[in-house]
Amino acid sequence: MSQIEFLLNGEAVSLNTVNPTKTLLDHLRNTRGLNGTKEGCNEGDCGACTVMVEDPDGTRALNACILFLPQLHGKSVTTVEGLAAKDGSLHPVQDAMIEHHGSQCGFCTPGFVMSMATAHKNGATDYDDQLAGNLCRCTGYAPIIRAAEAAADQPVPHHLAKPFILPEIRAGVPGGSQPPGAATHFRPQTSDELATWYAANPDATLIAGATDVGLWVTKQLRALPKTAFLNGIQDMQQIEDKGDHLRVGAGVSVETLRPVINDLYPSFGEMLRRFASKQVRNAATIGGNIANGSPIGDSPPALIALGAALHLRKGDLRRDIPLEDYFIEYGKQDRAAGEFVEAISIPKKRDALRVYKLSKRFDQDISAVLGAIYIMGDGKVMNEVRIAFGGMAGTPKRATHAENALIGQPWSMDSIEAACAALTQDFTPMSDMRASSQYRMEAAQNMLRRYMQDAMGRPVSVLEVTP
Amino acid sequence: MSVAKSLTHDSARLHVTGTARYLDDVPMPANTLHLAFGTSEVAHGVISAINLDAVRAAPGVVTVLTADDLPFENDVSPSIHDEPLLATGSVHYLGQPIFLVVADSHLNARKAARLGEIAVEEKTPLLTIDQAMEANSRFEDGPRIWSKGDASAAIENAPRVVEGCFEMGGQEHFYLEGQAALAMPAENGDVYISSSTQHLTEIQHKVAHAIGKPMHAVRVESRRMGGGFGGKESQGNALACACAVAALQTGRPCKMRYDRDDDMMITGKRHDFRITYRAGVDEAGRILGVEFTHYTRCGWALDLSLPVADRAMLHADNTYNLEHVTIESHRLKTNTQSATAYRGFGGPQGMLGMERLMDHIAQDLGKDALDVRRANFYADMTDASGGSISGKMKQTTPYGQEITDCVINDLVGQLSENADYQKRRAAIETWNAENDILKKGLALTPVKFGISFTLTHLNQAGALVHVYQDGSIHLNHGGTEMGQGLFQKVAQVAASRFGVSMDAVKITPTDTAKVPNTSATAASSGADLNGMAVQAACDTIRERMADFLGEYYQIAPSEVSFLDDQVHIGQEVLTFAASAKLAYENRISLSSTGFYKTPEISWDRIKGQGRPFYYFAYGASVTEVVIDTLTGENRILRTDILHDAGNSLNPALDIGQVEGAYVQGAGWLTTEELVWDDKGRLRTHAPSTYKIPACSDRPDIFNVALYENENPVETVYRSKAVGEPPFNHGISALMALSDAVSACGDTFADLQAPATAENILAAVKRARG
Repeated sequence: MSQIEFLLNGEAVSLNTVNPTKTLLDHLRNTRGLNGTKEGCNEGDCGACTVMVEDPDGTRALNACILFLPQLHGKSVTTVEGLAAKDGSLHPVQDAMIEHHGSQCGFCTPGFVMSMATAHKNGATDYDDQLAGNLCRCTGYAPIIRAAEAAADQPVPHHLAKPFILPEIRAGVPGGSQPPGAATHFRPQTSDELATWYAANPDATLIAGATDVGLWVTKQLRALPKTAFLNGIQDMQQIEDKGDHLRVGAGVSVETLRPVINDLYPSFGEMLRRFASKQVRNAATIGGNIANGSPIGDSPPALIALGAALHLRKGDLRRDIPLEDYFIEYGKQDRAAGEFVEAISIPKKRDALRVYKLSKRFDQDISAVLGAIYIMGDGKVMNEVRIAFGGMAGTPKRATHAENALIGQPWSMDSIEAACAALTQDFTPMSDMRASSQYRMEAAQNMLRRYMQDAMGRPVSVLEVTP
Repeated sequence: MSVAKSLTHDSARLHVTGTARYLDDVPMPANTLHLAFGTSEVAHGVISAINLDAVRAAPGVVTVLTADDLPFENDVSPSIHDEPLLATGSVHYLGQPIFLVVADSHLNARKAARLGEIAVEEKTPLLTIDQAMEANSRFEDGPRIWSKGDASAAIENAPRVVEGCFEMGGQEHFYLEGQAALAMPAENGDVYISSSTQHLTEIQHKVAHAIGKPMHAVRVESRRMGGGFGGKESQGNALACACAVAALQTGRPCKMRYDRDDDMMITGKRHDFRITYRAGVDEAGRILGVEFTHYTRCGWALDLSLPVADRAMLHADNTYNLEHVTIESHRLKTNTQSATAYRGFGGPQGMLGMERLMDHIAQDLGKDALDVRRANFYADMTDASGGSISGKMKQTTPYGQEITDCVINDLVGQLSENADYQKRRAAIETWNAENDILKKGLALTPVKFGISFTLTHLNQAGALVHVYQDGSIHLNHGGTEMGQGLFQKVAQVAASRFGVSMDAVKITPTDTAKVPNTSATAASSGADLNGMAVQAACDTIRERMADFLGEYYQIAPSEVSFLDDQVHIGQEVLTFAASAKLAYENRISLSSTGFYKTPEISWDRIKGQGRPFYYFAYGASVTEVVIDTLTGENRILRTDILHDAGNSLNPALDIGQVEGAYVQGAGWLTTEELVWDDKGRLRTHAPSTYKIPACSDRPDIFNVALYENENPVETVYRSKAVGEPPFNHGISALMALSDAVSACGDTFADLQAPATAENILAAVKRARG
């Protein structure tokens, strides 16, 4: 692989030979002796390893434990060691955390202050969401929120306020300097480069945000002998408005897509907020969430209910399929060797869509059941019905029996009850640590009932209730 | 004076700058080795063959040890020698360490640890309470039974009988810093240990046995933990012993830290309980007689399960005066992780059984649960005229301890007033009548928590204080810092005794070479015990200085006072530093140990009689929740807490303890679900599947205040322990959820814990009948 260059706390770092699946966290702690960034879980769920990463597109909090070094090429990384000014004066969030007793054992604190400093720089004040990916076991969070609020009005310190410039590194980009095909660890700069290389190296692992593949390395301890890092491919990170639909590049992060979806479909947007923590959403891509074929990936059911189309590519060969056809069975997708997800088309103006996510904890949790329901009618009967669920089968899947039970039927609770009964023909969900089979089925049925209550304007979400 | 001030945590600046050093942050020599355990993949069986060839051949592996390779004692149990460091012959839970990999890196050790080939003749594991009861698989010969009065007769004669069964889950500590230890081989076969532990002397003791040396050959040090919560009282023994043995065998420094998944698979958690109750009550809801039966799942080894189960029994009364009561406790042995200490140490479980009964009585009588609770409270220590109730209407706990410090009536009165309980109760009824799908609930629950180790001899502490000739002070004691702010509170005591500012006092790591024979920093006792020991040490030095200065200036020592960094000797005023220098030059010893033992306690745990507790800490909380009756999803909307920390040594730190404890307690009873499959494999072994509260799970409105209440007994500055008692406020979250469920129908819903969305939906269906 070609050189990896990035800024670390303002200093240029250049790595010539590096294991491409070495995580930033290991690099910081073991190679650089920067021990402020902590390992709490090594899977992106606790946020103790949070760092601030900047590139021309913005400033983001990311989990260093599942961030591979090649993903950092051309970016600027700030760790807790780089947060205070060189003269020792603290960042406003650090001062506020001290003043408001925001640390107890202190182990989660570096991660918290990095998330807080990132939010502070971005002017974000929705702290429950900004900090959803940082777990604290001591404080109960209240003093941390008080600290975040107290620091909000303070200016961004000068050394962090500078616009992003990496002259010495920019010269090194693009990094696709090796001949495609020869590399075992490739950093393509265009989808064409990826297509050619991947067709020739179909056994390679494609890594975009590494929020899933990261765990193959940190938890399953797998070696990945051949990899391609996709986050340099600009042309796969575009969102294009095509009139009646959006064409979304597979490399678009969940966090980038979220506001766009939120404008079209607020409940889908809220689901994308609860999809994962800020750190994970900043890294995870929509293409990755689809391509890995998980039965509990959150975006597919919603996209299936909308009738989204998937754009696959192998070499120069492209094909489009309805998203629902991509998922064949658990662990098996309609994707040939060397073929990759290039983009997805998401229909617009299907305002009747509602998405319901059910998980043990509201934030930063994997769904037990995810229901996406779209019903259109002419005022008398329902005539267009698309219902899809995650967590109910080995794949994200449409509820065709329930759909058929509704099509042509009047808008009534009786119709919904018939669909609820039909749902048992669509799914035989499993029992696991997230939910029992019976509960999954009841909750899915109740999501259909909720859709009707929702349509009648009744309050149906505990998240909208105030004391 | 520094005490009673809301100073920040002593390490706050280090925390926020990432410069606070935890064990894994300490720079190590380049030749350091790293350890990992190879663990059992089955829950119960006999090991028939171990093939570690692939482990030994793996990259970076230096050596691999099994039980046969251990030179001395193979035991890490804190109680009865039933917990081998490495399995011998058979395995007793899925996750049990079988072999130890010593490698050149943490990652290589972890990788190699997965390559072991362990053949096991599997036996049927005992996993559940029912399986253990059926097999009579238990610790101790039979159930422990304590009683007062004649519960059975009282129940028979009561107008009403309420009975039920309540299951509550365990809890993973989820300290953010996982278990960790390191060992440095010293000369002459001695060893230096650093450990993320709440109990240094236990580590020292177990390591000494593991290396076949007296305790003096082992020095253990700990500056701080990244959270403990009881999980580092005994669970660090294995890592420290493994490091010590490996360090002495290889002659190289050895470090071990568990990966999070290993941590959750290997270490013990809070005990889960089933509690059955049968109570005779009158029409006012007063309990005339009650029988509780506790079934405690202790896991495969004894660890601390007996005192945990005892403490559950000791809190079965909570704040209620019971005339006729029987408590029976079964300590069951199962093929699961050995359950261990966790904040509250069984107390919350015992208390929860009683609080569930209160709700059940209220539902049965159609009364507000708060009224039923109040009808049963112990009387406060002062009546309206301010006189003591003691002697006038003697009230005792089920174990015979007289209650003389009760404040629960007044405290609950203040809280219900401040939190607008009655008005909100009415508003919630109206709201619930208007909403079909969403229902609100409200509950106020009280807390009385006994302070002292029930193993009486543990109620002691030592300190070592030096005053240097420049007036700076070196502070050391046997307590450990896990985030609770103990070091700062004790430093405030030291600064106050010498009348100096806080920056004169240096907080130093806990160290078995400075203060020996420490008790675990546990049972909420840290500040009570160590604060008093430090006070004694400081006072010894101060008296020596006063005696000397009095003599030097020809004035009575009683005329010497220490205030504002100065020493006043009659009309003379010296800085504290000048006084120290003068004392030094006149050959006055400026170093002292200090010692404290809790007075007036005695306890017979077999009879269940005595005074196990020096005093009680009180408190109460009100929680309001909303549930979704379609899915069981729920939220805490508002919580108000009034908590008794006595004369707080540091109100800010104490409020921090209360806030954090509440959220942790609510987590235990809501989203934190431990799930084992039928093979005994824990399926929730990482934060991806085990869900502690996240930021948005805290109450939207969260009011926490300290109740003004000087401790009537002579604790350090009349403060009260604050580590565990407020954990129990989480109970009000569960009871509020139960209340919301009961708004769905007239049948008692019997919501079990943890009240996951799934359990709530099931309860909603039961409530609807």
